[in-house]
Amino acid sequence: MADATHMDVSYIAHLARIHLAAGEAELFQGQLDQVLNYVEQLGELDLSNVEPTTRSTAAFEHPGVNVLRDDTPRPSLDHDAVIANAPAARDGQILVPKIME
Amino acid sequence: MDTCAPMKYEACIGLETHVMQKTVTKMFCGCRNEYGAPPNTNVCPVCLGYPGALPVLNAKAIELCCKAGLLLGCEINPHSKWDRKNYFYPDMSKNYQITQADRPLCLGGQIVTEVNGEMKTFTIERIHQEENAAKNTHDKSGSLIDYNRAGTALMEIVSTPCMHSADDAFAYIQALKLIMEYGGISDCDLEKGHMRSDVNVSVRPVGQEKLGAKVEIKNMNSPSFIVEAINFEIARQIELIENGGKVVQETRGYDSDRGETFSQRTKEDAHDYRYFPEPDLLPVEISAAQISQWKSELPELPVQRRERYVRELGLPDYDAKVLTAEKHISDFFDTACHKTKQYKLLSNYMMGKVASLVTEKGVSVIESKLTAGTLAQVADLVGGGNISSSAANELIEVLFTEGGDPKAIVEVKGMAQVNDDSALEKWAEEAIAANAKAVDAYKAGNAASVNALMGYVMKQSKGKANPPAVIAMLKKKLGA
Amino acid sequence: MAGLNTKTISELSGLLEQGRCTSVEIVNDVLAAMDERDGRIGAYLTVDRAAALVQAEAADKARAAGKKGVLLGIPLAIKDLLNVKGQPCTCSSKILEGYIAPYDATAIAKLREAGAVFLGRVNMDEFAMGSSTESSAFKKTRNPWNTDHVPGGSSGGSAASVAADEAIAALGSDTGGSIRQPAAFCGCVGLKPTYGMISRYGLTAFASSLDQIGPITKTVKDAAILLTAMVGKDPMDSTTVDLPVPDYSKDLTDDHSLKGMRLGLPKEYFVEGMDPEVETAVRNAIEHCKKLGAKIVDISLPHSKYAIAVYYIIATAEASANLARFDGIRYGLRKDGADPIELYGKTRAAGFGPEVKRRIILGTYVLSSGYYDAYYLRAQKVRTLIHNDFRAASAHCDAILAPVTPTPAYRIGEKTSDPLKMYLDDILTTPVNLAGICGLSVPCGFSKAGMPIGLQILGDSFMEPIILKVGHAYEQTTGWHERRPAN
Repeated sequence: MADATHMDVSYIAHLARIHLAAGEAELFQGQLDQVLNYVEQLGELDLSNVEPTTRSTAAFEHPGVNVLRDDTPRPSLDHDAVIANAPAARDGQILVPKIME
Repeated sequence: MDTCAPMKYEACIGLETHVMQKTVTKMFCGCRNEYGAPPNTNVCPVCLGYPGALPVLNAKAIELCCKAGLLLGCEINPHSKWDRKNYFYPDMSKNYQITQADRPLCLGGQIVTEVNGEMKTFTIERIHQEENAAKNTHDKSGSLIDYNRAGTALMEIVSTPCMHSADDAFAYIQALKLIMEYGGISDCDLEKGHMRSDVNVSVRPVGQEKLGAKVEIKNMNSPSFIVEAINFEIARQIELIENGGKVVQETRGYDSDRGETFSQRTKEDAHDYRYFPEPDLLPVEISAAQISQWKSELPELPVQRRERYVRELGLPDYDAKVLTAEKHISDFFDTACHKTKQYKLLSNYMMGKVASLVTEKGVSVIESKLTAGTLAQVADLVGGGNISSSAANELIEVLFTEGGDPKAIVEVKGMAQVNDDSALEKWAEEAIAANAKAVDAYKAGNAASVNALMGYVMKQSKGKANPPAVIAMLKKKLGA
Repeated sequence: MAGLNTKTISELSGLLEQGRCTSVEIVNDVLAAMDERDGRIGAYLTVDRAAALVQAEAADKARAAGKKGVLLGIPLAIKDLLNVKGQPCTCSSKILEGYIAPYDATAIAKLREAGAVFLGRVNMDEFAMGSSTESSAFKKTRNPWNTDHVPGGSSGGSAASVAADEAIAALGSDTGGSIRQPAAFCGCVGLKPTYGMISRYGLTAFASSLDQIGPITKTVKDAAILLTAMVGKDPMDSTTVDLPVPDYSKDLTDDHSLKGMRLGLPKEYFVEGMDPEVETAVRNAIEHCKKLGAKIVDISLPHSKYAIAVYYIIATAEASANLARFDGIRYGLRKDGADPIELYGKTRAAGFGPEVKRRIILGTYVLSSGYYDAYYLRAQKVRTLIHNDFRAASAHCDAILAPVTPTPAYRIGEKTSDPLKMYLDDILTTPVNLAGICGLSVPCGFSKAGMPIGLQILGDSFMEPIILKVGHAYEQTTGWHERRPAN
């Protein structure tokens, strides 16, 4: 288990692209440190010979691999519906503040 | 710049080349993979990252990725899987990219190619399958996003840092491009962004084993810019070290106007991609039987085709190399070879008149009105002595720009050579009568004088007389 | 015929079949119940009356034209994270403000094909993150048995709408107990099918390897009917299983004998701190099953106590990626910024509530560089052990009996200030999702204060027929399900 059961909430929130309001970082800090402290208990298990499960076993076995589709087109969405859902659009494209390259 | 490097420093260059595969639909959804469609028309909940949408693997993309691997001598991973690579960017609709982190489809491999006359082997580390990003365009007020390209099948071919000069990298890219085109994996249209490379460059003192700090130049599609950027970067890094500085591991962009690379990201914005296994997709397992099946379907590669042209068609190696340098030209030539046995004539026209017309008109041979069939007929007409070489060039130009039936054009334009004995005899007699001096010289032993008589006949016949037949007739009349 | 809204799917399909009522009458009765009590209960976020009546009329016409089907003309409430074409799908979050679904979830498309009527969108915890529906950005939903209490969550609106007879049945989703727990709190039947049985296409993802759609109903038979209508391999969801689909309601007959059935009692599920009234009710239910002929066997699921830790690592890690798409670019809320990075930060700050933010941050952390092995990889390995526990137990029993929750529904606001405390209540439901197996919650009694208590019946993967059979026999021979809250 990692030694640190204390996370840098502000840095992680930046990675997750969430601006935290004043006080929010402190509130989450306490709550999340508590959760991390709780999950420390997984450290007591010997897992040296255990394979990780990345998905539910049922789907893993039926059929478990090679779920592929043919390279044949399916209808796309109505363009107007796509643009109607966009918060900002121009000339049929989604408009965003300028991306700094 | 290249030349000063080997004295004290060695450059190590690795390429991560993204190749857009030639599939009908996208990697994870049934939207069309189509260039030039109106913006945001080939989009669906999956490629737009709408709530609730799930990816499904495109079998054709997997096949093309594995075939690319087989063409490059890779091993096909019997068990590969999918991962999410997390990063926020407006062109990545889910804000994670589905890719393959630790179990890619293809492992190992190499490209053998000629660099400045020397054969070199460049090793490939892996090929993994992933998805493309959307297209952004920028103007003063903001950026516009077209998601038509989002989620199209993209594979990343990662070389080892085995290249040591811009020339190496150039040769690698050209060879890779050719193999992808020949293999039917990708159209590799650079203008359409079908092939883009991230170029890693580092330098180290000669003899040192450990690689120097690497600089990554992202998203380059022009091979000539890649050459410029590598040369600039090698020189910059050497100069930096020589002046007591240190190369910082970073991402740099290339400004083609100034011919310089420039720093793009600072350390504070270091990436943490938080890779983890994609729970929405199952692994892919590829059997030995499947691999042999795919192997049996692999097309001929440029190197193999070049050898065949020499071996079976009897062409000089120079011709074979030139003809196979571009797939569409080689395919055109191949088709024509099925319709005539005049291989060398065909080769001459492909490399000569046809190539110059392509340059002159700015139209590729495929886009022109010339077909492999009509070009083969031209070769047969010349080979059979029906038209002269100069007439052939004229005919090819007509076929290239207007098309049509070669024989009909020869007829209409009166391009046919005259082989008829009575006409030739008449012209020969006229020539002998009108050129006493040349006749005398010939008879005195100057064999070359017959050319003057020949020129007279050609002029009288307006170029239609068949030159070998004229010579034969003249010699006969002169009693040789 | 009055009070059609109080009836079950199987009752109504009989009445419709016999021509004794119409779908329009059923929908009208349901709408009247909403008018009368939803102001108090708060189950619904949006109701499209006109659309519901149009669908009901169409169902009546189709029936007149000879179409048959047990769901033809039956009105359902839909949890607000399932995409229904042309309707909002907010997931009870401000961040999906303005989003109109341009497509039907596969489960919805199947029900539409079967002729079901979609009444509207019911409340939930924001992005299904919560156990009380209190994390909804829009409203509180109250427990119909006592409006001072929570309905449970995250499918709290689904359970409340069914318990209050504001829907004949509802769809929910279960990632760590989100169907079974609100069903238990509201005195309904809730089924979490085996992972891969029902397509997740169109279900807004919380934790992709754990999420399953399932029904919340008034009877076990109704749950079986809805399950039958929704299961099956879907080319749009690679994780759906390719197995034959039976009619799950067919074997739920009047034969309530459980003879030959071995039912396991996991000692780890009678946890410390469990409400004695819950324990008593569940122990009584076990005794009842014994009387029906079942053999009760003691079993052990030794890694159960790690389930919460594993669950909150895996679920939040997957969620951190799944919820990255809510960024203000292509749909939903946008708070503008000078560049996309600022836009993301502001949009997600304004669009997500505190519980969602907490979980995204936790999930981002456990995947971040340097911590992956310590948290995520380790959790996946313990997940294997939890699954192995169930595998081992299945050699000894045909199904497992357990409580659903440590306590009956608690008061609104009682646990909101302490997230970990709320998480710990999921101890009895999360192992099922981690193992991917199936679980059913059926009413098994009431506390002295009159709050419902649920019995959990767990089965191995694809053993839905068995847990439905046990649940049906228990329900039909006890009649707890017939009690209705005072409306």
